[in-house]
Amino acid sequence: MPLVPDLFAQALNGLAYGVLLFLLSVGLTLIFGMLDVVNLAHGSYYMLGAYAGLTVIAASGSFWLALVLAPLAVALIGAVVERACLRPLYRRGALDQVLLTFGLIYVFEDLVKWIWGGRIRSIPTPALFAGSVTVWGATIPSYRLFVIAFGLAVAVALWAVIEKTRLGAIIRAGVFDSEMTAGLGIDIQRVFTGVFAFGAGLAGLSGVIAGPIQSAYPPMGASILVPALIVVVVGGLGSLKGSLAGSLIIGQAETFGKAWLPGASMLIIYVVMALVLLLRPQGLFGRPLK
Amino acid sequence: MTTRLRAIGWVLLVALAAVFPLWAGNYPVKLLQEILIWGIFAMSLDLLMGYAGMVSFGHSAFFGIGGYVAALALPKSAGLASALVLPAAAAALAAVVIGFFSIRVSGVYFIMLTLAFSQMFYAVAFQSSWLGAEDGIVGVPRPALLGRSLDQPLAFNVYLLGLIVLVTVLLHRIVRSPFGHVLRGIHDNEARMQAVGYAVNRYKLLAFVIGGTVAGLAGALYSQFVGSISPDAFLWTTSGEALLMVIIGGTGTLTGSLLGAAAFILLQSLVSSYTERWMLILGLTFVLLVLFAPGGILGALRGRVGLRS
Repeated sequence: MPLVPDLFAQALNGLAYGVLLFLLSVGLTLIFGMLDVVNLAHGSYYMLGAYAGLTVIAASGSFWLALVLAPLAVALIGAVVERACLRPLYRRGALDQVLLTFGLIYVFEDLVKWIWGGRIRSIPTPALFAGSVTVWGATIPSYRLFVIAFGLAVAVALWAVIEKTRLGAIIRAGVFDSEMTAGLGIDIQRVFTGVFAFGAGLAGLSGVIAGPIQSAYPPMGASILVPALIVVVVGGLGSLKGSLAGSLIIGQAETFGKAWLPGASMLIIYVVMALVLLLRPQGLFGRPLK
Repeated sequence: MTTRLRAIGWVLLVALAAVFPLWAGNYPVKLLQEILIWGIFAMSLDLLMGYAGMVSFGHSAFFGIGGYVAALALPKSAGLASALVLPAAAAALAAVVIGFFSIRVSGVYFIMLTLAFSQMFYAVAFQSSWLGAEDGIVGVPRPALLGRSLDQPLAFNVYLLGLIVLVTVLLHRIVRSPFGHVLRGIHDNEARMQAVGYAVNRYKLLAFVIGGTVAGLAGALYSQFVGSISPDAFLWTTSGEALLMVIIGGTGTLTGSLLGAAAFILLQSLVSSYTERWMLILGLTFVLLVLFAPGGILGALRGRVGLRS
């Protein structure tokens, strides 16, 4: 393929991957900012989303129904996990919660294997976007374009909610100082549950969307977690802007790495992370470290 | 229990374990050796976690480096240098570099950074053809000691036990030394230790390097035990399993980590002979332990004893 269309196609692929990472890392960074938990099981919600989507599609035949129902189901699971497992631990500090979420990875992964089996399952591309379009001489699967548009729409909607609504103000306040927010008469526990469920739901959404591109397989949760964590480190913990910027950077780095440096493609994102940490230890948009 | 009785008990235990292959079958011996190796690995993590308060999800980096260096060096020369010294030195070097970046931050940030670094080594091993790429290195020979090969189960068993005794004694001395007390002080209140005038970061880095070195040793033993090493050794879930062992045994107890490793490996072999759902049980154990028994086995035992007295 000539250089310019090739570049363009790669950039769009990277953008689509970046969007998936954004949907994942937004939840990760919000949950961290508010609950002070690195939710190691966040990738599990991504996996659960893909499999729940699979089931909805098998039952109804509609990808679009799966896109709505699967994230809701995953959000519900997230809410239950927060209430039942994380809440008793808030007083004991962040470490126990991190360890608990690590145990949950095994629980969820084995449950998925139990229910759906360990094979790779592909999720069919919705008929509406099954074709491809040619832009500037590059052939792009139209589903990729949908993913990009959808992800950017979610990003804009999120920004609007968080910056412009009362709920968003409460969430921002909670990320900044949850104790103080509770002191102002906000039921912070409910906000915690809500944010956790919302983050899990977004991860589930990301799983459904990723399905037609990457298929569903049980260890997908544990393997997507690492790039998502790197996005959060690069962008800065607890920062939404950072999570968007980090996702786009890591998405491009990974995609171009695969195309241009196939022998070291897996290494690129770590190099990016190390560079950012050297220049800005708190991440691109993070608050300065104390 | 007096110190002397306790010492006699330990010596008996070690002696019994050393001659275990004389009267036990192949499989139990394998289990014992696996426990010893993972016990060393878990203890090295407990030094970081239980004493210096640094929870690392990247400890597998050193385990993997030790394993790979031993696997590369042993076919060239079968001596102790390739079996133990080089792997430990390589792991120590890596620990200096990773530690330099990671100890500047703490808590969850530290967890994420160490995790990312270990995955970086996974990526390198996975994509380097000279490291066997995704298959890793197979056919790692056992070392020879004083001209005698350690191929026999009994000889290898004595070698492992000798090393674990050495490591245990060393780590015990370290945590009871002034250095160890400073580490505990940092664990309890880092800001105060800083204010009192300790170069906190230097202490943390040293602890990180000691822990990494011992973990490298464990990795080297692991590749000699299995006869191969693959990129999976670097996976962050390997660190997670070691963390679980430390927690089962009780953090900050060292010998508890040995118990934890034993419990983990015995449970695994027991459960997997009955059901395929080992991961589910492992995960639930982890969740329940964190929720209800944060002190681990030793913590629970000590709680009992404390109530009685």
